[in-house]
Amino acid sequence: MYVIVVGGGRVGYYLAKALLDEGHEVLILEKAAAIASIVSDELGSICVRGDGCEATTLASVGTNRADMLIAVTGDDEDNLVACQVAKHMFNVPRTVARIRNPKNENIFKTLGIDVIVNTTNLILESIEEEVPTHTLTHLRDIRDKGLGIVEVKIPPDAPTIGKPIRELSLPEGSVLSLVIRKARKPIVPSGATILEAEDQIIAVTSHESEEALRAALSGQ
Amino acid sequence: MKVVIMGCGRVGARLASLLEQDGHSVTIIDNDSYSFRRLAPDFKGTALIGNGIDEDVLRSAGIEEADAFIALTQGDNRNVMASQIAKHIFNVPRAVCRIYDPLRRDMYAELGIETISPTTIFAQILREKLESQGD
Repeated sequence: MYVIVVGGGRVGYYLAKALLDEGHEVLILEKAAAIASIVSDELGSICVRGDGCEATTLASVGTNRADMLIAVTGDDEDNLVACQVAKHMFNVPRTVARIRNPKNENIFKTLGIDVIVNTTNLILESIEEEVPTHTLTHLRDIRDKGLGIVEVKIPPDAPTIGKPIRELSLPEGSVLSLVIRKARKPIVPSGATILEAEDQIIAVTSHESEEALRAALSGQ
Repeated sequence: MKVVIMGCGRVGARLASLLEQDGHSVTIIDNDSYSFRRLAPDFKGTALIGNGIDEDVLRSAGIEEADAFIALTQGDNRNVMASQIAKHIFNVPRAVCRIYDPLRRDMYAELGIETISPTTIFAQILREKLESQGD
């Protein structure tokens, strides 16, 4: 695959490196001369100095034959425009934009960007996972479906402990998929499965039902 | 007409005054309050500090009731992003956008944004001036 990466900062650099290791043809476009020359020194001649939002620059690096353009500069608006120019002027089949402001996710979707990577939320989710007071953590979003995979940890004092799952009023739109218990094989829960303290429950849920699911499982 | 202008530079500030003189209601947004010094001393519209590519800022500028949105910051990309938000998220009837890069201007014009490239226009004016005989 021929992949164009717009932005040669840390994200762009390591992304390009990973793509090269997988055997793809990669080109980095970087506006700042100083950064472009560092990347060239380290990765070889795969970095071109230029503005990835400009059609002339994109034309000069053969964007019309690119399979994918990934815009990972630090500015959301630049990433949006790079993807739109790639799509509308060069018919690049797949465009990926990094966003830092989570509010931009919907805007980018409406404006036709294929894949949006919300780095701020990714960082928040990883931190959330490490904070023990959180009963519910987000493991992964299921793209375009409004669903997510979450983990709910049953607190040691939860009133739901000892109850079978069928007695809990789980919200519609949530499915319990897996129960993980200390030192035991994970089980696929049924209505008869009885909750134990410290159970880790993996569930698929709509974003709206998240809070109701947490409340139903933890009884709080 | 209710107009929201993003970017209080020389053009933005002047346009705000002109539109106000014509009886329109004007809200002007800039992320630096220092830029508002350019507004005419008798400007009676609203000057709002904030980033015009932020939906919430646009909402507090009254974008939902606006008849027109004009993007005049120094950044082409910021201007096109804000205009697209105005047009496609808030359904503002007219979104006008300054884009210095003529190629980008052409593309966004095709995508339905009203665009103006000062680069093209000014170069044209200069050419006409130099090539005109007589004066």
